[in-house]
Amino acid sequence: MSVTVTINGQSVSVPDGATLLDACRSEEIDTPTLCYLENLTPVNACRVCVVEVEGSRTLVPACSRPAEDGMVVQTETDRVKHSRKMVLEFLASSVDLSTADSALSGWMETYGADPSRYGTPAPPTEDRDHRHAGHHAAASGEVTETVAQPPKIDNGLYMRDYSKCILCYKCVEACGEDAQNTFAIAVAGRGFDARISTEFDVGLTESACVFCGNCIAVCPTGALMFRSEYELRQADVWNEDEQNVTRTICSYCGVGCNLELHTQDNRIVKVTSPMDHSVTDGHLCIKGRFGYEYVQNLEDDLATTPVDVVLRSVRGR
Amino acid sequence: MYAVDPRLTSSAKFADVWLGIDVGSDIALANTIGREIIAAGLVNEAFVAHSTMDFEAYKAGVEEWTLERGEEVTGVPAEIIKQLAHDYATAETAQICWTLGITEHQNGTDNVIALISLALLTGHVGRYGSGLVPIRGQNNVQGGGDMGALPNKLPGFQDLEDDEARGKFDELWGVEVPAEPGLHISLMLEAMEREEITALYVIGENPAQSEADSEHVRKLLNNLEFIVVQDIFLTATAELADVVFPAAAGWAEGEGTSTSSERRVQRIRKAINPPGEARDDLDILSALAEKMGHGWGYPTAEQVWDELRALSPMHAGMSYERLESEGGLQWPCPSLDHPGTLFLHAWLWDEVLPPRGPAPFIPVKWVPPVDPLSDDFPIRLTTGRALDSYNTGVQSGGYRSPIRKGAVLEICEADGTNWDIHEGDTVKISSRRGAIEVPVIYADSLRPGLTFMTFHHPDEADVNKLTLDAWDPKSGTAEFKATAIRIEKV
Repeated sequence: MSVTVTINGQSVSVPDGATLLDACRSEEIDTPTLCYLENLTPVNACRVCVVEVEGSRTLVPACSRPAEDGMVVQTETDRVKHSRKMVLEFLASSVDLSTADSALSGWMETYGADPSRYGTPAPPTEDRDHRHAGHHAAASGEVTETVAQPPKIDNGLYMRDYSKCILCYKCVEACGEDAQNTFAIAVAGRGFDARISTEFDVGLTESACVFCGNCIAVCPTGALMFRSEYELRQADVWNEDEQNVTRTICSYCGVGCNLELHTQDNRIVKVTSPMDHSVTDGHLCIKGRFGYEYVQNLEDDLATTPVDVVLRSVRGR
Repeated sequence: MYAVDPRLTSSAKFADVWLGIDVGSDIALANTIGREIIAAGLVNEAFVAHSTMDFEAYKAGVEEWTLERGEEVTGVPAEIIKQLAHDYATAETAQICWTLGITEHQNGTDNVIALISLALLTGHVGRYGSGLVPIRGQNNVQGGGDMGALPNKLPGFQDLEDDEARGKFDELWGVEVPAEPGLHISLMLEAMEREEITALYVIGENPAQSEADSEHVRKLLNNLEFIVVQDIFLTATAELADVVFPAAAGWAEGEGTSTSSERRVQRIRKAINPPGEARDDLDILSALAEKMGHGWGYPTAEQVWDELRALSPMHAGMSYERLESEGGLQWPCPSLDHPGTLFLHAWLWDEVLPPRGPAPFIPVKWVPPVDPLSDDFPIRLTTGRALDSYNTGVQSGGYRSPIRKGAVLEICEADGTNWDIHEGDTVKISSRRGAIEVPVIYADSLRPGLTFMTFHHPDEADVNKLTLDAWDPKSGTAEFKATAIRIEKV
């Protein structure tokens, strides 16, 4: 069974159940997405993928709208382009997107998004986790409101920098029903104070977190990051151009999860899993994601030394 | 989803119903379920008549297992056992998944047979969505068996005693492969005891810490004349060795394949160079063969694999090229145009059964754990794994896991209050074989009389000093799951 829609005047056939995003991508129509991922259920949070559908009063999110026979879709109208530009501008003016997926900067350029026109970004604040709905002061207008705040580093495996969080919900979905079923995190607060939080904002080690890192894998902005990547970036030795990615199989249990080992200078610096593989669709457990250190804790005094320290010393020589 | 486990594990919490079975009563539960399915008239009569045999013997064997008797032995309320039996028998599709809680008993094979009977009664086998699913605990334990690392099998599970199968190997290798089966590890330990085995070559295993009754095992290893250990670390076993070959970690430092629980053969690839003088297992074995006068050269992993494909029919269709492009293949895959096999035993549903004939019912008897509770040892200890750790911790001890608990005895709070033992107290645990000292933590997964330890931290406290080496004569697996202990505050 297939359905046929018209996109920008072209007739496009897609399998029954496919979304407008699938249809756009099958025609190689560049459609920005932030909160969408192939292995997660769409939550329609970011609104950057919107398209115009004839007969629909509002713009519709392409990532979740099923294609229906006879639909007439426009992706290049002023209304679509303006909406995408505004979404990108608002996000970029309030969030640090310096480590976001490289496609994002391309879309900023495509849609002419210029976050600087809103003024100087506000400095980091320490109280974002404790604000109550409706209790924050009205914007002064002198600076651009931001979510800037200190990073949260409370364990040896991964860190959270919510200055970089666009509230796409992907981590919440991966921690919940879409992958891990642990439900350690959710969105707390309302409006501009909304944020990703553990229960009662406890540290990860006291939370329900099982450290599978599936949230890191789906994060589009680098707000959630391996400690190894974070430390290497801090030391300015993280270099993706020098990294290799090798597909292999996890050495622990019998599930057969596929691992992509990201290596730099003969060291594993990060582990991901391919989303298009049937065994786990990109999801891993703590051992597969982080349990690789045993192949590189090479000397006695390095037995508990994290990879970033080792790599920095290698670089320093 | 029903979870059957002495402990309220995270899987049990996820399940619709948890059956908190008493340790070592698995056959009692399975036989009770079987009897109830028969008594309630829920047997798949057509399947049983066409595809199985010896049903009457099975029926007679489970006759004594009324719901009341089942409750008495397993501790699970009769009504819940009945509900499970009815839900399983009437489900459109149903699977029984198990792992070491079933097999690590001195009657582990009988435990499995009791479960197989349930699938035969209901026809929940050999169909898409239904089946018997032994979940492998290690990434390539299936592959080890596939490759013939079993005392009585050639690669591809061909019988060692089958002259025709063995002949293929004789011909290709130019040597005569002995027809007599070798020994599995439990028999090897006994042969060491009798001094019939005096030398040992251990590759990637840590028996000095992983075997039951480990003090005794270490004594046996110490008595050997010669031990070679090939491993990525200087393990506790390697420390006993005369010669150590430092090996590369295959999954990240070498090329090859591994086979997962679902019989899926997948490629492992080299991402980093091994440290120092460490060499790939294949390289070490080739060099050793050369020294021993067998110059078979230094084949690549793919060349070895292609030789396997020539000898093992179930792997014949799995070229490296296909393994790469198809994301792995599930055996049997006998030819290059074969898609691999999603599930086994579909032949049970053939209109005319193949020559192997119908699947036999085998009645099995429940026996209690061999380490009985007594006044001196009144508490049950069971062992298992924690999410972040693996086996004796050789691999999983090296990363900064925030959820690693270390060597601790888990008890339920009610027992702690009764025994005046509190979280953080150090206790001496004694069994009929040995004693260790560990701190205590409370766990909500346990109930009175049941305690738990992982075996991940033998350097802190070796729980296998407590476990007993009574082993299943059919599988060779020891009784890791049921130890009688006594606890004293120190």
